[in-house]
Amino acid sequence: MMKENGHPAAGGSRPLGLYIHIPFCVRKCLYCDFLSGPAPQERIDRYVKALEGQIAAEAELYAPYEVQTVFFGGGTPSLLSEDQIGALMERIRRCYRLCEGPEITLESNPGTLDPGRLRGYRRAGINRLSMGLQSADDRELKLLGRIHTYADFLDNYAAARKAGFSNINVDLMSALPGQTAREWEETLTRTARLGPEHISAYSLIVEEGTPFYERYGETEVVPEEEERLMYARTGKILERYGYRRYEISNYAKPGYACRHNIGYWRRTEYAGFGLGSASLAGNVRWKVTDDLERYLSCAASGTAAAESGASADIAAAAAGVGAAGTAFTAESGVKAGTAAIAGNGVAAPGGAEGAAGRKAPRPEWREEVHALSVSEQMEEFLFLGLRMTEGVRLSDFRRQFGAGLREVYGPVLDRLEEQGLLVFYEDGRRMKLTARGTDLSNYVLAQFLLDGEA
Amino acid sequence: MANINRKNIRNFCIIAHIDHGKSTLADRIIEKTGLLTSREMQEQVLDNMELERERGITIKAQAVRAIYRAKNGEEYIFNLIDTPGHVDFNYEVSRSLAACDGAVLVVDAAQGIEAQTLANVYLALDHDLEVFPVINKIDLPSAEPERVKEEIEDVIGLEARDAPLISAKNGINIEEVLEQIVAKIPAPGGSEDDPLQALIFDSVYDPYRGVIVFFRVMNGRVRKGTRVKMMATGAVFETVEVGYFGAGQFIPCEELSAGMVGYLTASIKNVKDTRVGDTVTDADRPCEKPLPGYKKVNPMVYCGMYPADGAKYPDLRDALEKLQLNDASLFYEPETSVALGFGFRCGFLGLLHLEIIQERLEREYNLDLVTTAPSVVYRVYKTDGQMIELTNPSNLPDPSAIDYMEEPVVSAEIMVTTEYIGSIMELCQERRGRYLGMEYMEETRALLRYELPLNEIIYDFFDALKSRSRGYASFDYELKGYERAELVKLDILINREEVDALSFIVHKDNAYERGRKMCEKLKDEIPRHLFEIPIQAAVGGRIIARETVKAMRKDVLAKCYGGDITRKKKLLEKQKEGKKRMRQIGSVEVPQKAFMSVLKLDDK
Repeated sequence: MMKENGHPAAGGSRPLGLYIHIPFCVRKCLYCDFLSGPAPQERIDRYVKALEGQIAAEAELYAPYEVQTVFFGGGTPSLLSEDQIGALMERIRRCYRLCEGPEITLESNPGTLDPGRLRGYRRAGINRLSMGLQSADDRELKLLGRIHTYADFLDNYAAARKAGFSNINVDLMSALPGQTAREWEETLTRTARLGPEHISAYSLIVEEGTPFYERYGETEVVPEEEERLMYARTGKILERYGYRRYEISNYAKPGYACRHNIGYWRRTEYAGFGLGSASLAGNVRWKVTDDLERYLSCAASGTAAAESGASADIAAAAAGVGAAGTAFTAESGVKAGTAAIAGNGVAAPGGAEGAAGRKAPRPEWREEVHALSVSEQMEEFLFLGLRMTEGVRLSDFRRQFGAGLREVYGPVLDRLEEQGLLVFYEDGRRMKLTARGTDLSNYVLAQFLLDGEA
Repeated sequence: MANINRKNIRNFCIIAHIDHGKSTLADRIIEKTGLLTSREMQEQVLDNMELERERGITIKAQAVRAIYRAKNGEEYIFNLIDTPGHVDFNYEVSRSLAACDGAVLVVDAAQGIEAQTLANVYLALDHDLEVFPVINKIDLPSAEPERVKEEIEDVIGLEARDAPLISAKNGINIEEVLEQIVAKIPAPGGSEDDPLQALIFDSVYDPYRGVIVFFRVMNGRVRKGTRVKMMATGAVFETVEVGYFGAGQFIPCEELSAGMVGYLTASIKNVKDTRVGDTVTDADRPCEKPLPGYKKVNPMVYCGMYPADGAKYPDLRDALEKLQLNDASLFYEPETSVALGFGFRCGFLGLLHLEIIQERLEREYNLDLVTTAPSVVYRVYKTDGQMIELTNPSNLPDPSAIDYMEEPVVSAEIMVTTEYIGSIMELCQERRGRYLGMEYMEETRALLRYELPLNEIIYDFFDALKSRSRGYASFDYELKGYERAELVKLDILINREEVDALSFIVHKDNAYERGRKMCEKLKDEIPRHLFEIPIQAAVGGRIIARETVKAMRKDVLAKCYGGDITRKKKLLEKQKEGKKRMRQIGSVEVPQKAFMSVLKLDDK
């Protein structure tokens, strides 16, 4: 199906991001609703093996791609030894084509790092280290249920620099229960003075199912005015230290914006490995199961399948993704896009026994496989793109969908502009959220949802 | 079987307080009479509307005929007529009772007599029915059959010594009930040779056969071809079919004669022609006078019903038309609201009836409705001598044109354990009740009698009663009449615009309190907008309360994690979905459920 599309460039250089999820941590933080938790070493070891299995098993699916970024997220990926990270990187290098100068990030928690481990990560190829500091105040760290102190962080940070990490991100969290704007600014300036290349500054969201939710429920942990003040001050203070905001909660020194995350906002394709991780390829989204035992058993058998060369099913799917994806970016407009979805909806989710002609192992870890309609792609283009400070380019929309932004969203755009939430710039060639629009971004972004005619 | 003598017919109903096991006993009786195999039995044969099953109450009266072979060797026809269990349908209950010769009173062995038990027993005795008690749920650990028997004798004055002790749920001692039905309930009287005189106790509309009329023949006979006349409405039809009720089906027969219960069809197009309580007679040989007790029931509660999507107006009209085919007590007429557009003012027997219709419209006809706060019917006496019956608060004439107003008042009986008497009396005072008296049923329970304005009890009185008595109070009422009262119209302004659909009538003394609570409630219901929204309550143009919905300052998902876009989108969809259930009033979006806010003013 659609194997021949006569687009030579597409065969070799479709950009791809890899995300590897490590669902383990020393102790779950009180606000955390991510898929993560403590686990015995034996299970962690089995998990790494399963990851290797999935990485290998799905390699052929991504044959037409070139990997630009790799991101180890968690959980606490720094719970993995340098050898384990090394093995995973080795597997990736063997099975995937990496571009020149890829960005390879590892999330870490202060308190889990030491000089030896950091050097090991560097050797494995990690070139960007993300450190979850959250607060420079030990009292606040304790409140959050973090395992480290500020001193631990400083110690690890220095060790990371010494190990050669020249691209470091520090995660911070504002709007903690009872926190004042002044306390937040203290954390912020302390961090900025250290000069990491990148700072992510999120405000705390009390999520259901967390101990914080039990404690605070739906109540406002910080008055709204105070929270917005913190947000506004964050941009101003970081600017003074040479950072620029490029996404709602992300700030970087020039040239250090996180390429992997920008990929998400710009809808670059990505492959997710590990428990609960999400993938987007050929305008099909899917997720890996979040059932650990199931993942461990079927991904481990994936290794065997990949190594014995029996993954005909996945190969067939890969052909589908490659072909369809190509058709999609062929600048041929909406129609080609639709065809791509049709082609993919069948192939990528891992049916394709017909194509393979025999029963082959299918990737049973996949769930929620969903082929995006053109409307859904348009929605995503906007609600993801507008998170970027520079917003979206109208010509990109036209190129991808063969229709003008105004044709699809005319009345919405007019209203949002009139309400002062959205602004056009560069002679109307680009559009972005205003400061108020950023404060109310959920409201604004929801306006771009089309009524589900799929 | 066809030649069973009239002396072997038993026409009866089962009466009980809600949840005391009426429907379950009916099921067991039908099962034990063997007309049906257990396999054919639906869980509850008499309640065949889905809605009824869920609510556990019976809405429409229906009947079933079963054959019982008694211990004396004879076969008996049992006609079990089901009665609605809610005060909204009091008139229907009375007509069903009038079609019976006796009643089985089911009393819960643990709970004993409740307010509805009493109300139903008195109603049955008023109709000269032979009533005998049955003690149900005797297998409950908390069962106290001896105490309950005493209570029945002391309070109601019914002989209860040999009352069967049963468990309808577990099928214990059902035979004993059947035998007592044979022994204690009299055979029907009347004469086959007199002119036809039959009492309509229900009717349903069938799209193929027209209206199917349910009736009890008091005198005479009716068969296919008989020209029947409905005495109250004057309508005449030629009978197409007569028959009796199998469980869940209609079984045609040759003839129905005095003492029998059954149905007829006659290509009748509208249930309005076959009103409950009317008398069916032979048009060619009419009886002298109709059976007593017929009355045209009038709606007690009105509300506006609007399609959430204005384009669905014709669908709503068609749906109401269809429902009315089956429900002569449902009233509707077109009305227009500034806030809600085109819709209907609908009248109901009570709040339960309203909710049932609302749910049926939403479920069976797939309509998304905006319903305004229910209102009772007020009588407005104008200075020019005219009297108007007000069903929509926003139609209240200018105060200067009003001489005085009257509101409907009910007499209510509340049964409560003595420890809660204080708090229930307090509740009744708050609801402008007039204390009539109190009787102790036994040491621990009392019957309180009050007169209460209907508009104080239709909304949430029952809930309030339950919560203030921890579920131990039970309640029954009947309309007493109209009384003069100092009433005012409370208007609600959203963003300085009066919203007609939110106006309601309230007693002058409660206006401030209600207005304040209404504003608070709406403040919680209306989401924040990009601008500040004042919410005000006004009486006669004077603002008496105000709240403000603050402008939205922040709505941002700070952390949009990794590639999990689906989760992010769900969040946005939820936000957008919420918008769909909104009504645009000026520049403010008001959630549809806000229009029912007045019902929940006492929630805390």
